[in-house]
Amino acid sequence: MTKGLSNDSWGSRVGLILAMAGNAVGLGNFLRFPVQAVENGGGAFIIPYLICFLVMGIPLLWIEWSAGRLGGKSGNHSTPFILDSMDRRKFWKYIGVFGIFTNVAVASYYCYIESWTMAYVFHSISNTFGGMNQGEVANFFSDYVDINQSTTGIPYEAVFFYIFCLLLNTFILSRGLKGVEKAAKIGMPLLIGFGVILAIRGLTLGTTGATAAHPEGNAFEGLNFLWTPQFDSLTNPKVWLAAAGQIFFTLSVGMGTVQCYASYVRSKDDIALNAVSAGFMNEFVEVVLGSLIVIPIAAGYLGVDWLKENAGFGMAFQTMPYLFQQWGPTLSIFAGVMWFGLLFFAGITSSLAMGTPWMGFMRDEFGMNQNKGAWSFGAIVLALGLPTVIFFQQGVFDEYDYWAGTVSLVVFALAETILFAWIFGMEKGWKEINDGGDIAVPGIYKYIIKWVTPLLLIFVFVGSLITPKDNDWVGALQNGWELDNSSIIKQITNTGLKEQIIQATDPAQIAALEEKMFYVSLARMILLTAFIGISFLVFLAYKRRKAEGKIT
Amino acid sequence: MMNTSALILMITVQVTVIILTAYFFRRVVKTPPREEPDSYADNDDEPR
Repeated sequence: MTKGLSNDSWGSRVGLILAMAGNAVGLGNFLRFPVQAVENGGGAFIIPYLICFLVMGIPLLWIEWSAGRLGGKSGNHSTPFILDSMDRRKFWKYIGVFGIFTNVAVASYYCYIESWTMAYVFHSISNTFGGMNQGEVANFFSDYVDINQSTTGIPYEAVFFYIFCLLLNTFILSRGLKGVEKAAKIGMPLLIGFGVILAIRGLTLGTTGATAAHPEGNAFEGLNFLWTPQFDSLTNPKVWLAAAGQIFFTLSVGMGTVQCYASYVRSKDDIALNAVSAGFMNEFVEVVLGSLIVIPIAAGYLGVDWLKENAGFGMAFQTMPYLFQQWGPTLSIFAGVMWFGLLFFAGITSSLAMGTPWMGFMRDEFGMNQNKGAWSFGAIVLALGLPTVIFFQQGVFDEYDYWAGTVSLVVFALAETILFAWIFGMEKGWKEINDGGDIAVPGIYKYIIKWVTPLLLIFVFVGSLITPKDNDWVGALQNGWELDNSSIIKQITNTGLKEQIIQATDPAQIAALEEKMFYVSLARMILLTAFIGISFLVFLAYKRRKAEGKIT
Repeated sequence: MMNTSALILMITVQVTVIILTAYFFRRVVKTPPREEPDSYADNDDEPR
């Protein structure tokens, strides 16, 4: 029995799959997916999306599940030494730092979003939104994230809910895998139940939501907007990039959490079927439930033109509570609890997963028990996360999301795929995927994992690095390549912010932008310090292993 | 009402995803556990 399994193990196979699906299912399933679809060809988006799921998503899940199980054989439960066990070159363990760093950094701001959902459940129950108009509901969110204001009378309310949410996460994590599994077994069925009820409402709303203020309200138009195929968009690289990006983020690959969960699976037990089952469970929540809630309900009450102008992440908090008010005083409370409860469960099952790589690493390398591991994780997340709460409006939150929650994932997934398919080798890799398998993985995947998945990941990475102006790929290829300010290269140099400062004439606006520049740099310094700190811990662990004769 | 092409695509995709999700999950549930010691603790005391 390995060191890790002697201390902790999954209770049941269904529990593991629910935990893995809970790790993947997040707020993006309900908010990012429908927005990406409407911005990228409506129904046509689903074609590249599903192709990317089959040739990039599923292969990445197999790679991460099998790498995790392989690492677990040697008692490794976090990516630095999981990757180290796949190749003798020393630098891999430092690439593996991404698999801890990303989780710590993402958890620090993700818990903040999670705390919003918790606070909004509270406000839904207390009927705070009753009688508010659309603008007032939208302003309520702005007031909530302004820590100097309180919507409940609790001083520093946003900080209070954040810390409460983090304490809840930490407490569950301190119960080890059993706690995580129990949370998934409660959270996932409730999430799906709430989602099904809201999706039925979205599907059946039709034109009954039209009002004198919004006579154009029509849920069917929203569904038409989302599902009508525009096949000409299939030749646009922007659409493929968006589809690949969505698959990538929805499955929570490139984070190190899948490897950590799978490291507690024994080599004789299946991973091939587990990975596909958890992956499809995520797709069910995203494609079936995610497409039938926000878009049809928003279009049903406000019209599809409003939707085209306003589709975005903010709709969850700034629009949905107002729309639920149209269902009457009692039903609006239930709808609010179901919607924000659903988002809360989606969030917490993901944030719990983010704690496990750190805990696994600290136990494997420094003998820290799960209680100390959980509370040390909570303390680090609090230290990293408070700046995102306090300086939310200065852009610290967005900076964390960009570097830790977006760029780091792509870099790590690309590196691990190259390691698995080309350095560890596809022959050994294929055997790892199929060992103990309860399904026969189609042979074509051997070639997909070796060629298609890495190429798609390179496309995603390069596409993000040198995104053409206005995301106009066809125009850039024909008329010369000018970088968009959203490209990684322009982001590093803060080009967009600098341009805004040059164009601004109002001294107050210039001062605000310069302040934002300061906080952007501060956020990057914090993230860099975290990465270097974790790298140093990996270095210490390496030295300890060497001193103990575990590494020659 | 929804237009025909949107309706066809939505139903095709969603029904396919539902069927595959149910199929794989059913296979997970129906597959008998391996000999002990396996990866899961809850069934440790169950007779084989």
